[in-house]
Amino acid sequence: MGAIEIELTVNGDAVRADVEPQELLLDFLRERLGLTAAKRSCDVQVCGTCTVLIDGAPVSACNHLAFEASGHEVLTVEGFAQTAEFAEFESAFIRHAALQCGYCTPGLLLTLKSLRDNGELSSEEDIRHGLDGNVCRCTGYRSILEAARELAGLQS
Amino acid sequence: MTVQERAALAEIGVSRPRKDAHEKLSGQAQYVGDMEVAGMLHGKVLRSPFAHAAIRSIDISAAVAMEGVAAVLTASDLDDIEPYYGHAIKDRPIIAIDRVRFAGEPIAAVAAVSEAAAEAAVRAIAVEYDELPVLGTLEQALAADAPKLHDRVPKVGLFHGLGDLGEQEGNVCYRYALRSGDVEAARERAAITVEGSYTFPAVYQYAMETHATIAHYHGDGVTLWANCQHPFLVQAEIADLFGLPIGSVRIIVGYLGGGFGSKSYTKLEPLTVALARKAGRPVRIVNRVEESMVTSRRHGMRCFMRTTAAADGTLLTREARFEMDTGAYADNGPRVTATAGDAAPGPYRFEAVEVDASCVYCNTAPSGSYRAFGATHLQWIGESQIEEVARRAGLDPVELRRRSLVLPGEPVRPDGSGKPLDADLVGDIERASGAVGWDEPKPPWVGRGVSVGLLAAGAHPVSRASVRLTSDGTADVYVGTTELGQGARTVMSQIAAEELGLSSDLVRVHGADTRFTPYDRSTGASRSTTVAGLAVKRAAENVAARLRETAGELWDVEPAVIELAHGRAAFAGEDVSFPDLIAKRFGFRGGEIIEGGEVRPEGGDTGSYAEGPHFWEVCVAGAEVEVDPDTGVITVLRTATVADVGRAINPQLVERQDEGATLQGIGNALFEELIFEDGVVMNDNLLEYRVPRVGDMPRRMRTIIVENADGPGPYGAKGCGEGALAAVPAAIVCALADAGVAMNELPLTPERVWRRIHEQDPPAGAEPNEERPT
Repeated sequence: MGAIEIELTVNGDAVRADVEPQELLLDFLRERLGLTAAKRSCDVQVCGTCTVLIDGAPVSACNHLAFEASGHEVLTVEGFAQTAEFAEFESAFIRHAALQCGYCTPGLLLTLKSLRDNGELSSEEDIRHGLDGNVCRCTGYRSILEAARELAGLQS
Repeated sequence: MTVQERAALAEIGVSRPRKDAHEKLSGQAQYVGDMEVAGMLHGKVLRSPFAHAAIRSIDISAAVAMEGVAAVLTASDLDDIEPYYGHAIKDRPIIAIDRVRFAGEPIAAVAAVSEAAAEAAVRAIAVEYDELPVLGTLEQALAADAPKLHDRVPKVGLFHGLGDLGEQEGNVCYRYALRSGDVEAARERAAITVEGSYTFPAVYQYAMETHATIAHYHGDGVTLWANCQHPFLVQAEIADLFGLPIGSVRIIVGYLGGGFGSKSYTKLEPLTVALARKAGRPVRIVNRVEESMVTSRRHGMRCFMRTTAAADGTLLTREARFEMDTGAYADNGPRVTATAGDAAPGPYRFEAVEVDASCVYCNTAPSGSYRAFGATHLQWIGESQIEEVARRAGLDPVELRRRSLVLPGEPVRPDGSGKPLDADLVGDIERASGAVGWDEPKPPWVGRGVSVGLLAAGAHPVSRASVRLTSDGTADVYVGTTELGQGARTVMSQIAAEELGLSSDLVRVHGADTRFTPYDRSTGASRSTTVAGLAVKRAAENVAARLRETAGELWDVEPAVIELAHGRAAFAGEDVSFPDLIAKRFGFRGGEIIEGGEVRPEGGDTGSYAEGPHFWEVCVAGAEVEVDPDTGVITVLRTATVADVGRAINPQLVERQDEGATLQGIGNALFEELIFEDGVVMNDNLLEYRVPRVGDMPRRMRTIIVENADGPGPYGAKGCGEGALAAVPAAIVCALADAGVAMNELPLTPERVWRRIHEQDPPAGAEPNEERPT
């Protein structure tokens, strides 16, 4: 099988590369581009720690082929952290100590951003439903819910 | 700022933001799998598909010839060293030698230019096995005719710490016993006898970051980047294995993506070092989750327990006999078994106690530490029997505990040895029960329970730390504690800042690098704040003493009258900044003050397990559950955990620890279980091994912080963060019994609960929603 040439935008930068057909987006980001914020854990699209946004929608980069991202805009936390919007997420997470080991944190931030951008972060039910695909083994979720409520503009 | 104003603590008891928050939120925090070193190769491991087999042959010729492959390691590469390790018992070869004892055991390892090339080469290795009978269960391993899994004469490991190894009979690798009083005589006076057999599942810690190591073996020794909880113990074991001086083994530890015990002691490091030694280049191995699942897990266990009491509920005897499945190698099994044995009587005043525990080799993946080990295994069993004694004696379960719990200052161990109780358990349990609505009316199929236990904590109390005040008035803390999410760096910065009279914003805390960081025994057993934190406090006190000396010389007064606050030294209305003070000390805009602090066994505490523990970690929780009798599904309505921490350095982080442990406890109680078939894990993925998600949170979850300043740590602190994991499953089991469903097997799956409810012969007197005696 030959390599496939792809063109995409990653964190606002145009990227052109040759990828193997079976190359995962997660490996492409981590190994080729050195963007290691998206993490590998479960490998089966359960834990959400590899979550990145493609055209604003969350995907599990561990189950997404790199060539499928061709022609699209990919956002990782490295890119998100450069935006003005990030400060609000950061302060909510810090205020509620909504992180511990930090391994699931990039995936959570991007999931929450996507939910909010798409108007899916406006109620307690929304938050719980929207975060069901992000496992956090450290926090017991309460602090994450508190941060999410703040970002949703709900009373904590 | 005067001495009087300074008397209030500025940093202690304040919920400072996490030091690592920005790095972690912005994606800059580096974990081992994110790191690359120059010339690095990628390692992959060939693991045995069989749980027990003799290796007839390994053919690596095709793999070696493949493009991009730098080295293929097998046992034959280790002829020049004694390749067995294990901190408790040296029973584990770095890589299988002639025989495999668990499915997943490394047979060979490949280093190649990419992970894909290494993976392809692993697939090209041909192994011929002769399958052997699999001892996949405790019953099989303990059968009279079971083959012995280990033929070598056991050698004690570097950190056994549990006295004589004793003789190993059959597949029992360690025994622990507790005896006090005359059980048979006391039992004769019993009016109430509660007894039963119980099983506890093997579970997986699931730190989201898998085990990962980079090793670089070079002319001067070996350098490792490893996600290990105990870098100094790993350093000693690697040095011992490869015949190197300890000082030439350098271990660098960054952030860990969770540990929970899964990364305690030595794991992937020896294999990575061996592969790097053969390849002659740095090698990185990053486990996939199914590999980490067979690297460490919690012991499965079976237990018989009997509790007797007089008719009025006065406790008489407790007997426990249990066996723990430690898997193919001992790992931390002996200490887990001993800690479980300590937890078996519970913190109660029994007349007589008899505990016999065995740690048993099986052809299953090795078991090690998992948060609150031992206590989690036994507390739910002991507490469910206390619950039943109360019911039969017609006593409120809280009242029975109020009458029977050990009081502060009384011995905890039934034989009177070791640390006396350093906590107010009666107060703790009253708080927990109150927080789950103990006296409120109960709808049908709703139950409430409390549980109380103690966890031998602190491990060996040996830690050193150093604090450096730089010429710009900021400080660095060097301490071996691993930041695995618990917030250690934040807490250490607050402790140092408090003593220096500096804002914690100006204090940096670094990860361990064994070349520069002072020795710390380990990050586990809830010891970091208590033991390592005290070393940091002493180091900072020593820096503060130098500052006072210099200021005293400046103003010609006794150092003791100098006040340090807000980064300045002050006396009688005059003050000087730390940078100016350092400049005065050295006569130059430079220099620094560095001091160390030390904690070692002292005051009659030899630090041995028998003399210890350093402190007792409190495991107290309350729970309210609802069970659906038609489906067996349990809903956790309320939990309350008591963080009896002596002194909360950072209250928000204490709460966050308990919340995390609560959810792990819910997982362990309700659904987590590694399922083995013929020794092979059947559910080695996160689709089939379910961990708690956001929807599994209790409707109401509360942490109650209790501060009685009764700990041996800084400001009266003692460790936290583990107790809730032992206490929550026990409280859930007691609450379920209160709802009418007494269970003797975890996890409490809907099927098991449904079957229990619909059995022909329900547990005597366990009618749903029985009135609680008043």
